[in-house]
Formats: sequence, structure tokens, C-alpha cells
Amino acid sequence: MTYDLSIPAQLSAALMPDLLLMAGAMVLMLFAAWRPDSDEHQRAVGYGSLGLVLLTMVAVVYMGLSGATAEKGGVIAIDGYRWLVDLVILLGAAGTIALAIEHNGKDSITQPESHVLVLFAASGMMILAAARDLMVVFLGIEIMSVAIYVLAGMNRRSVRSAEASLKYFLLGAFATGFLLYGIALIYGATGQTQLNEIGAQVQRLELVSDPMFLIGCGLLLIGLGFKVAAAPFHMWAPDVYDGAPTPITAFMAATVKAAAFATFLRIWYESFYYAFNGWANVVAALAVLTMIVGNVVALQQKNIKRMLAYSSIVHSGYLLVAVVASSALASTAFTFYVLAYTLATFGAFAVVAAMQPAGETDARIADYEGLWHVRPWLATAMGVYLLALLGFPVFGGIGFFAKWYLVQAALASPAGLTRLAVILVVTSVISAGYYLSVVRAMFMKPRPDGAAAPGPVGPLSRAVMAVTVVLILGLGLFPSRLVGISSASGFRPYPFSPALQIGTPFGPGR
Amino acid sequence: MVMQGSMMKDESNNDAGKAMASSRSLALWIFGIEALLSLGLWWSVDASSPDWTGRIDLAWIPEWGVRFTIGIDGIAQMLILLTTIIMPLAVLGGWTSIREKTHAYYALLLVLTTGMLGVFMSLDLVLFYVMWEVMLVPMYLIIGIWGGQRRLYASLKFFLYTMIGSLLMLVAIVKLGLYAGQGGPPVFGYDAILVAVQAGSVPGAFWLFGAFAVAFAVKVPMFPFHTWLPDAHVEAPTAGSVILAAIMLKMGTFGFVRFAVPLFPEVAMHPTVRMVMLVLAVIGIVYGALVALVQPDFKKLVAYSSVSHLGFVMLGIFAMTVESMQGALMVTISHGVSTGALFLLIGMIYERRHTRQIEDFGGIAKVMPIFALCLTVVALSSIGVPGTNGFVGEFLVLLGSFPTQPWYSVVAATSVIFAAAYMLWAVQRIIYNPLVKPENEALKGHDLNWREIGLLTPLLIAIVWLGVYPKPVLHKTEAAADRLVRRVEATRLSTLPAPREGER
Repeated sequence: MTYDLSIPAQLSAALMPDLLLMAGAMVLMLFAAWRPDSDEHQRAVGYGSLGLVLLTMVAVVYMGLSGATAEKGGVIAIDGYRWLVDLVILLGAAGTIALAIEHNGKDSITQPESHVLVLFAASGMMILAAARDLMVVFLGIEIMSVAIYVLAGMNRRSVRSAEASLKYFLLGAFATGFLLYGIALIYGATGQTQLNEIGAQVQRLELVSDPMFLIGCGLLLIGLGFKVAAAPFHMWAPDVYDGAPTPITAFMAATVKAAAFATFLRIWYESFYYAFNGWANVVAALAVLTMIVGNVVALQQKNIKRMLAYSSIVHSGYLLVAVVASSALASTAFTFYVLAYTLATFGAFAVVAAMQPAGETDARIADYEGLWHVRPWLATAMGVYLLALLGFPVFGGIGFFAKWYLVQAALASPAGLTRLAVILVVTSVISAGYYLSVVRAMFMKPRPDGAAAPGPVGPLSRAVMAVTVVLILGLGLFPSRLVGISSASGFRPYPFSPALQIGTPFGPGR
Repeated sequence: MVMQGSMMKDESNNDAGKAMASSRSLALWIFGIEALLSLGLWWSVDASSPDWTGRIDLAWIPEWGVRFTIGIDGIAQMLILLTTIIMPLAVLGGWTSIREKTHAYYALLLVLTTGMLGVFMSLDLVLFYVMWEVMLVPMYLIIGIWGGQRRLYASLKFFLYTMIGSLLMLVAIVKLGLYAGQGGPPVFGYDAILVAVQAGSVPGAFWLFGAFAVAFAVKVPMFPFHTWLPDAHVEAPTAGSVILAAIMLKMGTFGFVRFAVPLFPEVAMHPTVRMVMLVLAVIGIVYGALVALVQPDFKKLVAYSSVSHLGFVMLGIFAMTVESMQGALMVTISHGVSTGALFLLIGMIYERRHTRQIEDFGGIAKVMPIFALCLTVVALSSIGVPGTNGFVGEFLVLLGSFPTQPWYSVVAATSVIFAAAYMLWAVQRIIYNPLVKPENEALKGHDLNWREIGLLTPLLIAIVWLGVYPKPVLHKTEAAADRLVRRVEATRLSTLPAPREGER
């Protein structure tokens, strides 16, 4: 079906999954307020939210399979890219809620609203995945961020959680300021807010060296760079990830990043493609800096949540390479990568959540010593997630193909990013240092005397681990289907023109 | 077809083994069956035909042009046989010394074998890369969990060294695949890439060769990249050392023969590149031998002797004559046999005395005569005494490389003297000096048992057989070596500057 997005009814129809999620979230919000806070009520709302997320997933798959398209450019996109990113977001939301239902008890969180806030954040992300207008982008980012600010401080008994929330809120507000100012300047330079119209104007007016436009791009880059935690805008991430409740950390590390990157990629491909020579060096430099800073600092971490926080910064660096690559292949590599990354991150944080004793928030890597001797399956699952994050074949399953895809996109890019690809793989060797330090602690060190055995793992956490391990390993052996789906849902930089001569970041070379 | 069946069974055996390797005897059974099945390869591979025997070609990830393609030629056949024969012996070698977590240990050995056989069989570069990396994790865990005192350091060093090389190779493989795809979807089949590479010069061939060469040189290991090897060998449990020395190092040289040299002949044979490789090979030969001379730890001594022996292989490959290439393959096989046997013997004595320091021993021949006999024979073969397998390979390498690279082979030949020095001196101190230490006297009556004798017998037979009558092996590898040399030479001639042709 072809939607004419200028008609409100058809616009609403095209937003069906998003609206479904929002309406359901509001109903659940009322239900949550119905009774006083208690662990049972929290669980009930949690299961309701989980059901709603699964329902929305069905709606997204339905929309994706119906082959819907937009008649002409509108404020939202209807394409495979959107549906695939939506699925990744909903997968993340489901994982977060499943983990939170069981983890809330450990943090003594009894507010059922915690689950509803995840739903609101997810709906903001879905809007981001769909947005084809800078105003809609802003709307999506704010819906997402406000919910996340609250979620980061959900554990009101924890000082660190409060610190995380305040830090994220203050810095996030700054970043939003940059973003909004950037949007204003771009509007000033092009007179448009719709992405494809901006792209057309950039081409028509040859804005590649226009200061106002480029400053606008730069401010937008800062705002989005903050949301995806790219260096040097990453300073908040370790503290916030460490302080927030563990399921929320997983949500921030994987899903928020996926959504922010989805819109990042769309803006850059659709609007700024013709200004490639103006921004490519900057974004490439940002990618290199992010990969190096994240990897090197992660080596020093003793706390596993902080280590995973830096690792998520590193993955932002890898994904920035996909932004620079500017090709249809890179957009498909991006969706493939975020799916793999989401699975591995959620698995890893599920293990971290399972390993955390009640009340205590410091998750040291040293606590994992000798885990293999007391909990062989937990240790093995964690090993799979870490190797997937490292991008190792077979044992890391799909993680390897994700990295492979990204390298392929960088090398096949019209810009010829060989050097960037080499930096990517070299820095990922460094990442072996900290991923393996956990593997080493789990498998090769003896269990310290008197170490308390980790508590029992709840059924929902087990389900999250089982699903992620099976998907990581299964798709790692037979990725063909997923490659097919993601390559069918890629989108080309708009306005696409193969004749465009684009320069190479870091000088000529190929 | 017989071979195809046996190969399929090998694969399925491994997969089944992964799921249910519940004990050491099951693992031994699987490896035993595998060894018997692979013996069939000896007759079923037609070494003289240029085609791949038992080629299987299945779609794996069609969108990326990645296929599951396997097949073997004369060179791969030898290495596969080496692998399947060493594996059951390695299991037997660790029969009693592995006491903790045996299930996981044997499961990892099976996965490791899948990776090693996969490397020798892959005819798709992506599959090759996957298999190449698959070996890494089991070996890392085997060293790290069942290893010696400094196992954590050694295992991480092993992992990182190998990984930095192989990730650069990954970039090179993608580049090559995109080049072979010529603007369309990438192509990673070995044959297709060979055709594409021969059709024209690849842009950046030097860097691509460099990426492959670094990955393989780390594994071999060539001189500046060798420092992981003594650590890994010394800390690994017996089976780990045996597999590392006998099989995994061979993957590096196999990589040169199969990928780095034939894919980029004009780079590999470029005078400067060739000189660098030859110099490094010769440095490795001499340096490995000299360092081995001063090692107080017998296991470390053998580890450094591997650096020296593998230098011979590299010399043979880059000398690029049919004889030297065959010699290189022969050294590859015979080093696998004799060093594997040495590590097994070290494991046996270590189990009894819990030390590997040469000075702790002395006069062992009086209390353990069978052990002493075995050690003497294996040490002689490692030195390369005529009549043992070690002689044939090194002699062929020197013979083949002398006409084209006289100076390098002269320097390399000196290491035969060093080899005799370090190996005989060590053997003398271990088994022949006077029996003065009471701990060693206590070994009386603890000579090798039947299991140990049984597992050494095939290796001893191989040592003598390959030394006296190497023709069957040489015959099997001749065609493949000849093809490789001719292909490389042809490319070299065709890329000579045009004016020279006119001068003639």
C-alpha cells in the first residue's frame, strides 16, 4: 500500500505501530497508578509491558511485510530500514523489561512506572527511526531522553543512581541545545526541515563550503555525538552507565545508541550527502578518536559495568565508520551490526544483572573469578557475549559477521576507507585485552576462597540469555537469511548519484 | 569419492564430538576413527592432477559471495594426515596428566581439530579465515586453563599476537574479494581469486601481501614475531605443546604456500621482499639455534629449536625451486613428527619428575632405558642425522636453495652444527651424565609404560621410514610444488620490464 502522508488519516496509519505502543503505554500508566507500589504490582505491569512490546513487534513485522511505501517525501519514512531498526529497538525494550522485572527486586525498586517509562522511551526511539524531518527528530530525541533521564535515577536509594540521572540530565540538556541550534542554522541555510528537501537544497545551492550550513552540521554532530557517546562527547557515559540500574544500562548502551545512530545515519545520508567533502574528515576523525579512546580506557577498568560502558563507546566508533562510508551497503551493514550488538550487549548485561547481589552496585570484574567452576553455563554464555562483542567467528557467532560487514562496507565505499578499516581492526585487537580479561577471570582463575556463590538466576533472565545465545550462535553459522533481510532494507544516500566525486578522508588513497 | 565420504565423516565426527565428548576414551575413539578414515586419503588423492580432490561447494552466504568450499591437493593431504595422526597421540600423551574438567578439555581438542582440518581444506577465503580463527579460542583456553605457572600471560600473548596478524589479513581478504568481484558482489572462492589476480595487477598488492604475510609469519613464527612461541609452548599442557608445534605452526607455512605466494607472486618474488623474507628466515634459523643452546629448560629448548626448523621451511619456500619447495614440505612434516615426539617425551618425564630443568636430570638412561632410547632417536632426527626424517627435508632445502641463493643456504647450513650442539648436549646432560641425584634414582622401575611406548611407536616408525624411504611423500607433493613454482616463475617472467625482452 502507498501512503499519502499529507493526509492525516494516512499519516496515522503509517504510524500505526508507534501509536499502538504509545496508546498502550498510556493505558498501562493508568493501570500502574491504580494500586500502591509493590513488587507484585511492578511485576504485573512488567508482564503487561512485555506483552505490549511483543504486540508492537507483530505490528511492525506486519507493516514491514505489507510492502507499504510513501507516495512522496513526507515527515516520516516508510521503508525497510525503519522497520528493521524498530525491531531492534523493540527487542531491546523487551530485554530491558524482562531483566528489570527480576532485577527491580534487588534494587528495591517497586515503582511499576519503571516499565512504562521504558515503553515511552521505546516509542520515542521508534519515532527517531521513522523521522524524516528535523522537527520530528527533535521530538523523538526528547521523548526518548526525558524517559531515560528518569530511568537512570530510578533507584532512589542509590546515591550513584541519583548522580547518574542528574549528570545525564544536565549534559543531555546541553546536547539538546546544540542539536536545536544546529537545526536552526540548517534551516537558516536551506529554508527546509525535511531531510530530502535539505538534501536537494544542499545540492542546488552548493552548500558544501557554506559556513552557516557547516556550523549547523557541526552542532548537529555534537548533539548526536553526545547521544551515541562518541568521543570526545562520551564523558558522561561511564558514570551514567555505572550508576543506573543494570537493565537500564543495557537499554542505554544498546538501544538508545541504535536509535540515535539510526537517525544520525538517515540525516547524514539523506541531507548531507552532497556536502560529503565538508564533513567526512571530521566524522572520520571522530570515529578514530572514539575507537582509540574507548579501547584504551576500557583496558584500565576494574568495574565490569564501566568496562562495558567503554566498550559501548568503542562500538559507537565502529558505527561512525558506517556513517562515513555513505553507501547503501553501509546502511545495511549498520542495521546488521546494531542487531548483533544489541543481542551481545543484552546478553552481557543479563549476566551482570544476574551476578549482582541485592543492594550492592559495584560490579567488579574480580567477582567473576572462577565463575566457570561454580556456574559453568553462566560463564560460557558470558564468554559467547564477550567474543561476539570482540567480533570473533563461530564462538562469537554473529558478532564476527557484523564486523565483517562493516569492514566490507568501509572498503567498498565510494570514498575508499581502507585506512579507516585498518584502524578499526587494529583497535579491535586492543579490545581483546579487556574482553579476554573477563574470560580469563571466569575460566582460568580459581574461585577465591569465601566468595559467595551468585544467587539463582530468574526464569526471565534465563530466557533473555538463552534467546541471545541461540541467536548469536545460530545466526553466526547461518547468517545468510539475516543478510538478505538487512540488504533488502538498506537505503541509498539521497539524492543518489553515482557520478558524484567524493574525496577520501585523510587524503587520497585507495 | 571415497575421500569425500571420509572427509564428510571427519566433519560430522567432530560436530558430534563437540556435543557429547564426555570422556577421554570417546575423544580417543573419535580421533582414532578419524585417523583411520583419513588414511584413505593416501590412496584416494591423485597428487598429480591439478584439480582439487573431493571438492565440496555449497552456498553459505550468497549475498556476500561467501561459499563453503573445501577440497585438498597433495600438500594439504600431507598436512591433514599429519593432523589426524598426531591428534590421537596427543590425546594419549595427556591421558593421565589432565585431571580437571576433562570433558571440556577433550571437547576443546575436538573443536581445535575441526579448525585445523578446516584451514587445510578451505578453498574459500572467508571460510579459511573463520577456520583460522576457530583454532584460536580452544588453544587459548587449553593453555590458559590446563597450562603451567605463567599460563595467563602466555595464553593472552598467544591470542593477541595471532589476532593482530589475522585481523589485518581480514581486511586484505575483503579487499581481494571486492577486487575479484569487479564492482559487483564480492567473490571469495580461491580459484576465482587466483584467476582474477592473474588477469591483472591488483592495486596495493604489496600491502595485501604484507597483511597476509604478517598473519602467517606470526604463526610460523618468523624471527621478529616469534616471542609468543616459547611462552606458549612452555606453559601449554603436553597435548597443547604437541599440537602447537606439530600442526599449528604448519598453518603459517601452509598459508604462505597456499595463499600469500601464489596470490601475489610478483610481490613475493620482488627482489627486496624476497631478500627481507630470506634474511628473516636465515636469522630465524641461526638465532633459534643459538638461543636454544643456552636454555636451561628442555621444553624451551625444543621451542626455540622450532623457530630454527621453521626458518628452514621459510628458506625453502622463498628460494622457490621445486627441490627447495619439496624440502620445505618435508621439513614441515618431519618437524611435526620429531618435535611432536619430543614434546610427548618431555611430558612423560615431567609427569614423573615434575621438572623440566635440564640440570635436574642426569643418568636417566640407567633407570629408564626405553625412555633414553626413544629420546636419543628423536633427538637425532631433530638434528637431522642422515637416515632420519630430519635429514631429508633440510638437505633438500639446502640443495634446492643453493643454486639460486647460495649465501643464505651457506649460513643456514651452519645451524646444522648448532642443532647438533644444543640437542646432543641437552640429551647428554639428561640421560647420560652420572646418576647422582636421588630423585632420579627413584625413577627406577618407572620406565615408559605400554601406553607410552605404544603412542611413541608410530612416530618412531615415521622417523625412520621417512628418513630411509621418503619417496612416497616426495612423490605426493611433487606435482603441487612443481605447479606452484612454475606459476610463480611464469608470473615473474611476465612482469619483467619490457625493454629487457627487446634486448634479447
